[in-house]
Amino acid sequence: MAIIVRDIRLTLRSGGSTITLLAFFLSVGVIIPIAVGPDKETLARLAPAIIWIAALLSTLLGLDRLFVADHEDGTNASLHHASISLEAISFAKLIVHWLVSALPLIVATPFMAIMLIMDMPTLLRTIAALMLGTPALVALGAFGASIAVTLKRGGVLAPILIMPLAVPVLIFGVSAISPAPGSGTSEAAFMFLGALSLLAFAFTPFAIALALRAAHE
Amino acid sequence: MSNKGFAGQIRLNAQNLSCIRGEQEVFADVAFQVSGGEALIVRGANGTGKSSLLMCLAGLLPVNGNVSWQRGGKSLTKPEYFELIHFIGHLNAIKNELTLAENLQFWSAMFGGDSTPIADALERANLGGLDTYQAGHLSAGQRHRLSLARLLVTPRPVWLLDEPSSALDQQGDRWVADLIQGQISSGGLAVVATHRHIALGTGANVRTLELGQL
Repeated sequence: MAIIVRDIRLTLRSGGSTITLLAFFLSVGVIIPIAVGPDKETLARLAPAIIWIAALLSTLLGLDRLFVADHEDGTNASLHHASISLEAISFAKLIVHWLVSALPLIVATPFMAIMLIMDMPTLLRTIAALMLGTPALVALGAFGASIAVTLKRGGVLAPILIMPLAVPVLIFGVSAISPAPGSGTSEAAFMFLGALSLLAFAFTPFAIALALRAAHE
Repeated sequence: MSNKGFAGQIRLNAQNLSCIRGEQEVFADVAFQVSGGEALIVRGANGTGKSSLLMCLAGLLPVNGNVSWQRGGKSLTKPEYFELIHFIGHLNAIKNELTLAENLQFWSAMFGGDSTPIADALERANLGGLDTYQAGHLSAGQRHRLSLARLLVTPRPVWLLDEPSSALDQQGDRWVADLIQGQISSGGLAVVATHRHIALGTGANVRTLELGQL
């Protein structure tokens, strides 16, 4: 779809936003071990939480321009008259946003794992959990960004709005990587993560389209 | 000009239209009617609500009053008439990072056109040969031409144009007049807000609406 191609081009040409994102993600991974200290066991226990927090913060980072740029230059106004619905357009934007803001993080996760002294099975579980869980983070984040599109300081508001909504993703995300003692396998957590992402991807485009329509009134 | 024409007579009827922005009434009790093959020129001083009127018609501002759209005698619902509209406002919706051709390709995909007439549209907008040029390097007038070129890429029966000849040179003024003329003669309608003179040829079916006369 044209909007996917266009948005990927825009991200690539506007230069460095994906690299900034990666640098941010990795620097969270560097800073926390420094702050916590080099104790292997503590780090291993904290690693899943650190990765999820880093992923959440990084996906929030790209939100401020997601809809604001299109709103400010009049693109959103014209998209009202497009021959495809705003819902479909929002869905396409979600896909792009995931591709440019979440996929690079997943690719960078092995580097994160080295810094956090993670073993191989944990790393694989982490990557799987991120694959399943980040779509939900991205969709919720985009929803927050679409609500805040007309506000001057919306870039700050959106993360605050969606932080509570992201809590379930974090809970299941962390327990998918390291199941709490006594809760059995991490399979259930993986399923919940997948369900959250599917639900978020299915419903937020409608909410986003509604928010974008309301943005003009 | 595309002479294939548009199926079904389009009719736009507005009664009792008023607009309130920021608790201030911009205009009130505006009424007009335009049909396919006609242009409505909206005139008025700055602040009399020309742009607001267009945004109401484009569905970007809430409508107070009655606006009805008909095609071939049949009333249209909001999604139906939205698909007939080209709205070109002050914001030109141009992405600086994309080339001219990419900008137009995007809009032709969004508006359901095919991308064959893009080089032709750029040529007619006097931007020929700049296809692979980044839109960020264009001058104000050229940017405006590029946003008007959207009208050429996808034919749609309803044009809502806000100051279409602003920032354009004399040749551009004539081009805009020709564009509107062509739209009318192929059975489309155009609502044009402007405070400049647009030289539409004789025989063109042009109505004028003056805003801000109390």
